[in-house]
Amino acid sequence: METEFTPITSLLGGALIGLSAVMLMATYGKIAGISGIIFRILPPVLRKESIPVGILFIFGLLLAVPLWNLFFGDIERQAVSDNYFILGVSGLLVGFGSSYGNGCTSGHGVCGLSRGSIRSLIATFSFMFTGFLTVYILRNILGL
Amino acid sequence: MKYIALLLSGIIFGVGLILSGMTNPLKVQNFLDLFGIWDPSLAFVMGGAIFVALPGFWLVQKQKKPIFNESFDLPKSKDLDFRLIFGAGVFGIGWGIGGLCPGPALTSITFFDIGIYIFVVSMLFGMLITKKIVK
Repeated sequence: METEFTPITSLLGGALIGLSAVMLMATYGKIAGISGIIFRILPPVLRKESIPVGILFIFGLLLAVPLWNLFFGDIERQAVSDNYFILGVSGLLVGFGSSYGNGCTSGHGVCGLSRGSIRSLIATFSFMFTGFLTVYILRNILGL
Repeated sequence: MKYIALLLSGIIFGVGLILSGMTNPLKVQNFLDLFGIWDPSLAFVMGGAIFVALPGFWLVQKQKKPIFNESFDLPKSKDLDFRLIFGAGVFGIGWGIGGLCPGPALTSITFFDIGIYIFVVSMLFGMLITKKIVK
């Protein structure tokens, strides 16, 4: 099913993500990479200071949907799959891959590229390429 | 004040994800459907984010230290190794299958939907595997 092309709201939403990343860098000197933030608060924790930073930032993320609902109403959301097995496999690959590769869309794709990191550029090419390839295979070869 | 800054950063990040369409898995998957029903919106998300973060980081890093911390905590590695490329590649496969990456997945927890919980728990498990094998 097609989704509407939304250049303006996507650009503005992206700008907010960028603003948040700058805030985190300005206040705590940290990269707003979500996989890294989660990874550092999972046991065993190497540095205790990661815990309050991670927990509060994540708590903020969790408040976004209720606050949005309160002020702007419903959020458009269409699940790709309601198959719990597929969701589980997808989550496992996302969790392992992003932590093993030291970053996800936010850490490499937004923060890393904005810092001019070559590592992040290579990582972004890698996950974009496999992402495109995966959806191509799912939709055109497997017909899902 | 310290803690409010963190909470606010999280809220702004989450609202940005919602506004941009990243919490809609179908929209993400359609962005990845380059040769099908391509929805280029997510390229604008990345563009908007970098447009703000690139000059923002540049300005911030000219300061001696962050406001509430002793020093900047930045990745030091420069290696373009197997781990980086393989990890990112595996992440991309999972991202393509479910249309969710870590930020939108956490933000979506408050949609209170069982599918999201299964995704998030599996994601945490995947990260624990990395913790186990990386010393």
